[in-house]
Amino acid sequence: MTVLAVRGLSVSVGDTELVKDVSLEIGAGERVGLIGESGSGKSLTASAVMGLLPEELDVSGSVELDGRQLLGMPERELSRLRGRAMSMVFQEPMTALNPSMQVGKQVAEVMRLHRTNQDPRAAAVDLLDRVRLPDPRRAAKAYPHQLSGGQRQRVMLAMALANNPSLLICDEPTTALDVTVQAQILDLILANTQGSALLFITHDLAVVATVCERVLVMYDGQIVESGLVLDVFTAPQHRYTQQLLASSDLESTDENGRLKTVSHD
Amino acid sequence: MTTAVKRRTPTLTAGAVLVGLVVLVALVSFIWTPHDPTRVDAAVRLLGPTGDFLFGTDKFGRDLVSQIMVGARTTLYVGVVAVGVAALIGTPLGILAAMSPRWLGEFIMRVNDLVLAFPALLLAIMFGAVFGASTWTAMVAIGIATVPSFARIARSGTMQVMSTEYVLAARAAGRSRLVIARRHVLPNIAGLLIVQSSVSFAIAVLAEAALSFLGFGTRPPTPSWGRMLQESQELLAVQPRLAIVPGIAIAVAVLGFNLLGDGLRDRLDPRLAGRR
Amino acid sequence: MILALMRRTGIFVVSVAAASVAVFLFMAVLPGDPAQVALGINATPELVARTRAEFGTDRPLATQYFDWIGGVLTGDFGRSYVTRDLIGPQLADRLGVTLWLVGAAMVIALLIAVPLGSFAAVRHRKLSGTVISGVSQLGVAVPAFLAGILLVQVFAVQWRLLPSGGWTPPDQDFGEFLRGLILPALALGLVQGAVLTRYVRSAVLDTLREDYLRTARAKGLRPGQALVRHGLRNAAVPVVTVLGLQLTTLLIGAVVVERVFVLPGLGSMLLDSVAARDLLTVQGIVLVLVIAALLVNFLVDLLYTAIDPRLRRS
Repeated sequence: MTVLAVRGLSVSVGDTELVKDVSLEIGAGERVGLIGESGSGKSLTASAVMGLLPEELDVSGSVELDGRQLLGMPERELSRLRGRAMSMVFQEPMTALNPSMQVGKQVAEVMRLHRTNQDPRAAAVDLLDRVRLPDPRRAAKAYPHQLSGGQRQRVMLAMALANNPSLLICDEPTTALDVTVQAQILDLILANTQGSALLFITHDLAVVATVCERVLVMYDGQIVESGLVLDVFTAPQHRYTQQLLASSDLESTDENGRLKTVSHD
Repeated sequence: MTTAVKRRTPTLTAGAVLVGLVVLVALVSFIWTPHDPTRVDAAVRLLGPTGDFLFGTDKFGRDLVSQIMVGARTTLYVGVVAVGVAALIGTPLGILAAMSPRWLGEFIMRVNDLVLAFPALLLAIMFGAVFGASTWTAMVAIGIATVPSFARIARSGTMQVMSTEYVLAARAAGRSRLVIARRHVLPNIAGLLIVQSSVSFAIAVLAEAALSFLGFGTRPPTPSWGRMLQESQELLAVQPRLAIVPGIAIAVAVLGFNLLGDGLRDRLDPRLAGRR
Repeated sequence: MILALMRRTGIFVVSVAAASVAVFLFMAVLPGDPAQVALGINATPELVARTRAEFGTDRPLATQYFDWIGGVLTGDFGRSYVTRDLIGPQLADRLGVTLWLVGAAMVIALLIAVPLGSFAAVRHRKLSGTVISGVSQLGVAVPAFLAGILLVQVFAVQWRLLPSGGWTPPDQDFGEFLRGLILPALALGLVQGAVLTRYVRSAVLDTLREDYLRTARAKGLRPGQALVRHGLRNAAVPVVTVLGLQLTTLLIGAVVVERVFVLPGLGSMLLDSVAARDLLTVQGIVLVLVIAALLVNFLVDLLYTAIDPRLRRS
């Protein structure tokens, strides 16, 4: 079943097109990677899906979530979907969390707002436990600055998962983290998004190889290549993808058919 | 993304025009005013605007236009001296606080905070009580009260410059602190200081007007916008013109210096454009 | 946390002590002998000497200072050189008037600045936002006393809605008290409101660019909700700083407005005492004003820690 269907999406400022004619589909339980260098339009595409583009940008095309057209939807209706039917994890967990609010309250807020839980406070503690934050009861009372980078990203994840969204967008969720912590966060994402559609944005090929089944390669605002991760990474067609692979740490697939990675330094 | 090199700066232009207007009026007043601004003439008391007296006359028969023109001189004079005093004391103090050992820097900033507790008006009234009020006590009091703003700006600017690569290199090469301060710090914080001067100038103009209004600033017969307002008060019901004319003059000067400061800030730091 | 609190309290106490010495010394270097001034030039030398002993100004400066500050600590500011009345009780009375005025002005300023500044920030690309910025810029350029004069002209002289001046104590006739307070508080509050609007706008504009506001939107909060629930508290830190500085400005700005509206506050007491060369009274008032300013700074420091949890460590 198709959860997210994007067709002919374009984002422009003035006469400059930043995202050009992007189309993609993600089904329930499917995990799709979106890779490309910074400035290639990955994050803009994600923001356009969420309806969180800055006002001065123009969007055209079609974005359907569970069959409902999101582009042109009134803000009031759209805000009922955000955090409930679709949610997002951002790159920088330090700045993405409100520094002056206890994290438990920030997690509870997303349930309170959408009235999805009778006892948001307790549910928040459960969620923090689910993302394996040690001592979740105490952690709920902590402020973001009292947590480590990885712990903050777990909080972000708890917030995004709170209402079991049908679409989860992760925008470079591990880029700002240590390598060891990266793996833990990726495992968490994998373990908790079984039934949802996942759009995973990154410039790290190894991460895509770990998480995703399908991959889209974006270059200069356009999707230049797409397909199964295995196909794209073993037989890249576009020149940019070839360069990307050549400069990456990817070596070959392991015995399970998954791509093997060498450790980052 | 590229940003246009020549950005439109309407704020800067508007500020420069208003300040230029005040300066021009003050300069012209040295060589020409329609009438003697201090000439008392009972025959022409409280005239409305006429061809001869463009804004009319006050209760002593003095010409309003001429008073405003010479008053601009007083305003600029007070502003220049007050801001000059503040910049000359505050800037070295701020640089010293940033470059000296921690305890000394802390101490200077504590004293600075203490001075902040004495606002310009209070200091000027104290000076007036002790030395007798005059343009001088007003200027010096406003100047001293403005020292902390310059010290703060100079300190934070210096700290930024001190942590840059080229200053670290200069220090490693054994350059003395004084040389670094003169060659690297001052040129780099000059912009900040100019912006601060413009903003402080606006505050000084307001303070001088308030002091003259209270009788703690410029003494008669020297024309001053603040005193014109004070003298207008008793006749307000019948002659609101007497308050409105100097009121507009004050507002134009303050607005001009504030806009100039904002515009310069935007020009010097494009990241801040559009704020404030 | 406790250590930081003690450190701040220590700084406050030392600053107050230093300020009191500064005020005392400043008044002490004054040319002219308070006894001579109080008696006039025709007094006999014997009378001057006797008065000097009565005032205590014949003693060493250090003794005079500790005597004075010791009294101040118990609320005794000494007796006026001119009227020979106790200064303390009158000071307390007048301070009450000024605090009402400043408090009301602050409330007005905040009521104007927080909604208008936030609105101007949210709409900073739109015409309405630009108009608010422009008007606040104009408001900053108007001196409080001019605003007062104009308000009197319109509301008291022409429309005869409100008294042009004077003071009714609140316990005497509360309605009349409010009517008398409106215009002076507006004169002071409108101008401060304009200044504050600019700071609120720039603080909110900074906050709007924060990632956590985008997170709040991603959770499903509408733009206004996101700003109110997540933005304002964080925007409050820089605004509170300015607020502290402004309270000092307001306290002294009250001097001018009290003169316009003939209010029996601390400001008019200060001006009257200066005119009468009643220096011990001047000294007392200046000390109260300066301590008030230092106290505000101290409270602002404490308020930061309440607003921003990041400052609570160390």
